Amino acid sequence: MGRYTLRRLLQLVPVFLGTTFIVYALVWGLSDDPFAGKCGQRECSPAYIATMTERYNLDDNILVQYLKYLGALLTGDFGQTFSGTEVSSLIATAYPVTIRLALVALLIEAVIGILAGIVSGVRGRGFVDSLVLVSTLFLISLPVFVTGLVLKQVLGVELGIIRTSVPNDPSFGDLLVPGFVLGSLSMAYVARLTRTSLVENARADFVRTAVAKGLTHRRVVGVHMLRNSLIPVVTFLGTDLGALMGGAIVTEGVFNIRGIGGLVFRGILQQDTATVVGIVVLLVIVYLVANLVVDLLYAVLDPRIRYD
Amino acid sequence: MTEPLLHAGTARPGDAGEEADPDVEHPGGFWSDAWRRLRGRPLFWVASAIILVLLVMAVFPSLFTAVDPRAADLAGSGATPGPDAPLGRDLQGRDVYARAIYGAGPTLAVGVLATLGTVLLGALAGLLGGYRGGWPDSLLSRFAEVFAGLPFVLGGIVILTTYNPPGQLVGESRLVVQVVATIVVLSWPMAMRIMRAATITARDQDYVRAARALGAGRLRVVFRHILPNTLAPVLVYATIQLGAFIGAEATLSFLGIGLKDPVVSWGVMIAESQDRVAQIPHAILFPAGFLVVTVLAFVMLGDAVRDALDPRGR
Repeated sequence: MGRYTLRRLLQLVPVFLGTTFIVYALVWGLSDDPFAGKCGQRECSPAYIATMTERYNLDDNILVQYLKYLGALLTGDFGQTFSGTEVSSLIATAYPVTIRLALVALLIEAVIGILAGIVSGVRGRGFVDSLVLVSTLFLISLPVFVTGLVLKQVLGVELGIIRTSVPNDPSFGDLLVPGFVLGSLSMAYVARLTRTSLVENARADFVRTAVAKGLTHRRVVGVHMLRNSLIPVVTFLGTDLGALMGGAIVTEGVFNIRGIGGLVFRGILQQDTATVVGIVVLLVIVYLVANLVVDLLYAVLDPRIRYD
Repeated sequence: MTEPLLHAGTARPGDAGEEADPDVEHPGGFWSDAWRRLRGRPLFWVASAIILVLLVMAVFPSLFTAVDPRAADLAGSGATPGPDAPLGRDLQGRDVYARAIYGAGPTLAVGVLATLGTVLLGALAGLLGGYRGGWPDSLLSRFAEVFAGLPFVLGGIVILTTYNPPGQLVGESRLVVQVVATIVVLSWPMAMRIMRAATITARDQDYVRAARALGAGRLRVVFRHILPNTLAPVLVYATIQLGAFIGAEATLSFLGIGLKDPVVSWGVMIAESQDRVAQIPHAILFPAGFLVVTVLAFVMLGDAVRDALDPRGR
């Protein structure tokens, strides 16, 4: 287990370097003139250009620039934006909001998804099963921004139940509807995964043994089947948390949430390169670590899986 | 997912008993079994009918409407559905119905081309890595992980804004190519992973060893013996992904970085009218409806194909 963890950690290093280098090269290396449009209608003053060239090492070639950036990053320095704000302080204000949103979404998708999956998986073919299958089909087909825009229009504008724009420091209640929107797609996958997993396990020997021992139906399902069936679901939720913490750009845009997704999107539109690179680096780390944790979690939850 | 492949060419005793059509005397091979299961599902026929209508709509939009989708009539800005314009007009006074019909073309083109690109690139890489093994396999896998490490929307934004800075006007075909290329670059690792796993399973099967023992060349082994037996999981992935890619195009267009005016697509229509959703709701609801029905049709088809090719998952 220890050796496996170490090997996986080492494997992360080239992936991290590759991904961040691609992004760095895309946003810094490919623009002909990094100062285009930076100073309004006028040309930038030579002093400004000199300062910025020095700050971002623009005179070096792209590989050297990247290595210098990486060196600063290792000391915890995410760099500064063109206007001189520390990128790390921008991240520090925006990231808690995104994490809160991701947790709300994860909670909603886990509770509703697993319940729907259990109901349809245990009852077997019938009305409830078909209902769950059809509704998951619809959830999978609805792009997140369509769900978001429709819910915002209906609940926010027409019924006035929610605020169309989430406040700067949102409570969990404010994030309920955005969280539902963000988690809706995964909710459908969780429901289907739970159902498939339950149906597969229903024929397993240990379930027959439990029934033969004379246990109640409730106990067979709740203890014996669920604990084994939820292993793939838990790992899916783990992977999803990693994805949710990095990819809420659309939901944050629809509901005007001041999170990391909105920050990176504004950064790209305003060509604030340092912000973009800083956030992408952070998100890539989060994503990779989440996947690693999920792989390790698998071994803890299911001792039959052995790594060597 | 690859398990049914092992039965290719043989009848499955368990399934044949339950599902065999009494009219069919000889239970067929893997593909004809799958086709029989597929035929029996109403979901498959509903999805196929919708997709057929959409394809006709994409190729011959003039069959459905005689109105120019780009003709703007500011006097009718935001007009509600009526005899003049069946689905109303948008802010610029353009006919929403005509635009929705003409929007099918670019939307489906992006979906189909992105799926083809992803599957071709991913499948070739997967075949190569899975069959060859060793260092080319490790290299390809690490390379794929680099692209898989980029979250989709984030990666899409970075790539598209780099090659296509905001505020720049570009032609229709260049936009479509850019969006397709972006989706392919960010999605091929998944297709590769599926193909690689299937190839590794097939590589050590007896029929492959037999072919090699008979002196078949490397290319012949890969394309005549391994490829046909690894197609099923990739096919399932491709059908489901087609719907997802259409949604992805709409998402990128919605963010203002995918397709944009002069191209007419449902994502573009939604993006254009999102600011006026309170005043002109029909300009956004109808294209969203077209989009959802289309994605739904492809996801349903994907579900049906998966159940037919991999009956264990039902």
